[in-house]
Amino acid sequence: MSKLTLENLKVMHLGPIDLVARAAEVICLSGRSGAGKSLLLRSIADIIPHTGQVLLDDRSSLEHTAPHWRKQVALLPAESQWWQDSVGTHYGKIDKTMFGHLDLSEESLQWQVSRCSTGEKQRLAILRVLANKPKCLLLDEPTGSLDPENTKRVERLIKEIADLEKIPVLWVSHSEEQIERVADRHVIVRDGGVFEQ
Amino acid sequence: MNNTIIPLSPLDLAIAAGLIVLLALLTWRLRLGMSQQLLIAGARTVVQLVLLGLVLKYLFATSHPALIGLITIVMLAVAGREVMARQQRPFKGLWGYGLGTTSMFISSFAITLFALSIIVVPEPWYQPQYAIPLLGMMLGNTMTGVALTLDHLTQNAWQQRAIIEQRLMLGEDWHSAIKDIRRQSLRTGLIPIVNAMAAAGIISIPGMMTGQILAGNSPMGAAKYQILIMFMITAGTGFAAVMSSWLGARRLFDERQRLRLERLKPLNGAG
Repeated sequence: MSKLTLENLKVMHLGPIDLVARAAEVICLSGRSGAGKSLLLRSIADIIPHTGQVLLDDRSSLEHTAPHWRKQVALLPAESQWWQDSVGTHYGKIDKTMFGHLDLSEESLQWQVSRCSTGEKQRLAILRVLANKPKCLLLDEPTGSLDPENTKRVERLIKEIADLEKIPVLWVSHSEEQIERVADRHVIVRDGGVFEQ
Repeated sequence: MNNTIIPLSPLDLAIAAGLIVLLALLTWRLRLGMSQQLLIAGARTVVQLVLLGLVLKYLFATSHPALIGLITIVMLAVAGREVMARQQRPFKGLWGYGLGTTSMFISSFAITLFALSIIVVPEPWYQPQYAIPLLGMMLGNTMTGVALTLDHLTQNAWQQRAIIEQRLMLGEDWHSAIKDIRRQSLRTGLIPIVNAMAAAGIISIPGMMTGQILAGNSPMGAAKYQILIMFMITAGTGFAAVMSSWLGARRLFDERQRLRLERLKPLNGAG
């Protein structure tokens, strides 16, 4: 059960932005490329400097150490990065039953990163971010490189986790159909602000 | 050291200079475009070394501590500038100069003082015949190590920005997010000196040992000094490289452990 609050958030040409994402709520963000969707998610995860406040359950990001904050308010970037040869070394503790949800198996941990397809990497990256048991998810086009079937799988899994763990999700998407399927609310990022649909 | 070195006359040097002129003529004939550079570099060698000789002659004659201190600071300042000039993306502002210089200062001066006060022990300890050449060799090698380390660190942080940020997003602290790059940069900085230790005496006779043998020191005496110098240089380079890689890595992140590459100068040197 957690809640994410943005107060007066400003970063570069964006803001001030006020937004509340309640427990178990999926908010889809859309808008032209360059509008600042990724910028917004990156500042919420405190990866880039910004002004204003971001709060998780009424506690400001500044009350957490930065690594602790980023584990709880987890950002999945549009393009996942891998820095070791094998997939498995990128994971800490992971619930092995998760793999089945995204049409992967435990053996995936033995794979070489260089031999994974873009789609496989993306699904592995989603599992990697979930392994931290975040209290809020920031997803930057999580299904951008996935086929329709896996897209549905990811949507089901994220919705399930949002409901089960009662965590808020900010989900950047360009697909109207996807937004239709997953969003509880839909906001558009435009002209440096966010506008509720 | 009872047999004194055979002195060289200006004529002797003029004959040696003739070799360089001959080489320059050859490259000119072959249109290799090197003759002018060769002659200028040759002239610089003459001027710089004669000046150095004059300064050291005066320094050895007076042995004034303040003067020796001044010379060492000039040496450090020049080495610091050189470290910055050899980096493709130095830090902006004072950090660009201060980071390498601080590491070199702490490491080279500490080790030189250590060697002078505990190992060699000349009387007085700051006797310039020992202090200046020792420090010079320390700075010359430390400079290369620090420059290579910092250059590798900043260059790779720049190129691997996405990976560092991904690791931060997954909740790693700054230390852990850049540790692979830091380790690589340390290796890069230390490989030349480790190679030099491994090759010493077989592939090359080190310059200092050559000098001592020419000056009439016994080969064993020269070897012992060379061993001392090798160890000092390696330790000095190593400590300075560790320190500069830590300071550099730290400076790449802010108080919220965000990667701040805008603290580096862009590649073309503008800004």
